[in-house]
Amino acid sequence: MADPSTASPGYRSVPRPRRIPVIPIVELALLAVLAVLPLVLDDYLTIFVTRVLILALLALSFDLVWGYAGIMSFGQALFFGTAGFSVALLARDLGITSIFIVLPASLVTGLLVSLALGSFLLLGRHPPTTIFVALGTLTGSYAADRLARGWYYLGGQNGIPSIPAMTAGSYQFVEGPVYYYLAFATLLLVYLLCRFLVRSQFGLALAGMREQEARIAFFGYRVQQLKAIVFSLAGAIAGLAGGLYAFHEGFVWPNMLGVVLSTQIVLYALFGGVGTLIGAVIGVIAIEIVGFWLADNYQQEWPIILGLLLLLVILFRPTGLIGVLVSERERVGTFGRPPRTLSRAAAKGQHGTA
Amino acid sequence: MALLEARGIKKVFARLTALSGVDLTVADNEFHGLIGPNGSGKSTLMKCIAGAEMPTQGTIRFAGRDITAVPPAERARAGLSLKFQITSVLPALTVYDNMLLALQAQNPLSSLIFSRTRGPLHERVLHTLDQFRLAARAGDPAGALSHGQQQWLEIAMALASEPRLLLLDEPTAGMSLQERRLTGELLIPVKRRCSLVIVEHDLDFIRDICDVLTVLDQGNVLESGTVAQVQNSRTVQEVYLTRV
Repeated sequence: MADPSTASPGYRSVPRPRRIPVIPIVELALLAVLAVLPLVLDDYLTIFVTRVLILALLALSFDLVWGYAGIMSFGQALFFGTAGFSVALLARDLGITSIFIVLPASLVTGLLVSLALGSFLLLGRHPPTTIFVALGTLTGSYAADRLARGWYYLGGQNGIPSIPAMTAGSYQFVEGPVYYYLAFATLLLVYLLCRFLVRSQFGLALAGMREQEARIAFFGYRVQQLKAIVFSLAGAIAGLAGGLYAFHEGFVWPNMLGVVLSTQIVLYALFGGVGTLIGAVIGVIAIEIVGFWLADNYQQEWPIILGLLLLLVILFRPTGLIGVLVSERERVGTFGRPPRTLSRAAAKGQHGTA
Repeated sequence: MALLEARGIKKVFARLTALSGVDLTVADNEFHGLIGPNGSGKSTLMKCIAGAEMPTQGTIRFAGRDITAVPPAERARAGLSLKFQITSVLPALTVYDNMLLALQAQNPLSSLIFSRTRGPLHERVLHTLDQFRLAARAGDPAGALSHGQQQWLEIAMALASEPRLLLLDEPTAGMSLQERRLTGELLIPVKRRCSLVIVEHDLDFIRDICDVLTVLDQGNVLESGTVAQVQNSRTVQEVYLTRV
């Protein structure tokens, strides 16, 4: 039945979700908590939370590819790790630690590696299947891990230890509140950028692609190009996370590139709920905090308990934790700036004065 | 010159020959009906023209250009539009967003990223929805529309790119009698804008709106000509009387 609120002549106003939007409330609440966290936490916990925020950045990159572009990537760690190793090498071999060089370098590394892999996997003659892309990214991640383990120059199994601190002039970014705020600011910036993108008309194209990939090509969308763009952008974000991670931990090792981390990120995002951005961030925070607490209290059993918990959520809540709070309609979202209610007369009037 | 010229289209799926050398010519602003018994190859021919399937043999020329090997997105950009047999509106998106999705398809990426065309396209979205009697449902998810309304939305979306040729695969399948009549009325104004190839089982419907008919049977063209010619053809009558 026609909804009275959208019935003629009211239909000329733009459709909006009718319920109070939950996502902005969750976003603001999380923003407020994260903004004051180092002020109330001990330093060792601040360091732990910094790591969580950097992983959230990585989960965000996965949400972009899977939740928005429908690309099942089991290789986000590949971009994360490659970028981590490149900045570690910059610092070790060339003594470059300036934040203004190393962070952009990590971003560019992630971008280039994902662009190369994405072109190979996505831009072939025929549109690839989800499984092909999943296995392709998985293989990339696995191969890079093995390569790093066997390559003496990259430190083999041990990776590259004692990377000097990231610097800005004479200032050194060491782990603690300042590094926390650096990671927080980066996450916030990237989040806002992604949010802008997925709520634009470009985001509408992505939503269409996610739902009916084959269909929208017949409108003239170059689907594989759209996918390659999102894949590369997500690679750049994962790379940036890798750069932050390398200098935060002070060392890089092959696990940063591997399948375990890649899969972990997939689970984090699914747990929080894909396709909302905030869900991925919440997923990382929730799992890491629960994992931290479980590890403290159930030293032997905690991985099994955590695994079961993940399994239960993914089985019974395919939309993840965020799906508990957010309606389907809000999850899909709105796209583009809602134009002010334009009546034809008003539009004509504007043309007249222009 | 003809807008669409398909020559010797052959399509083989494993051991099944769906089309064995079909010719189809469509002129500008012509409404061309494709009829034939189930399994005669109508949908396969439509898919070959739109690029959803690649013909095993034969050439397809559209507006003077050989598009036989061109991918669907590029065919759409060249002015070819397809409405699938199965309704494929995007059910979770609103009717408004479905329409916007179709209208903005060929905008440059930069204007999509900065949402520059939503304002300018707003009136067109509402106008098109209005034409297809969907304006009152603009804010509802497309999945909540009735079957007939979803079909109209699809036709509206297929027309969004202002194609030169629209391919409609069974637009009235599953519709009530009244909805069929309305669909016919909705399609009449389309004639001024583009050519149409339509696959349909409802012969009354197709007789009312088409200029030219092509009858397929077992992957071959049985007859092609004006509606009157085809109706009077003995071979066509035999096939329809004996098999349908």
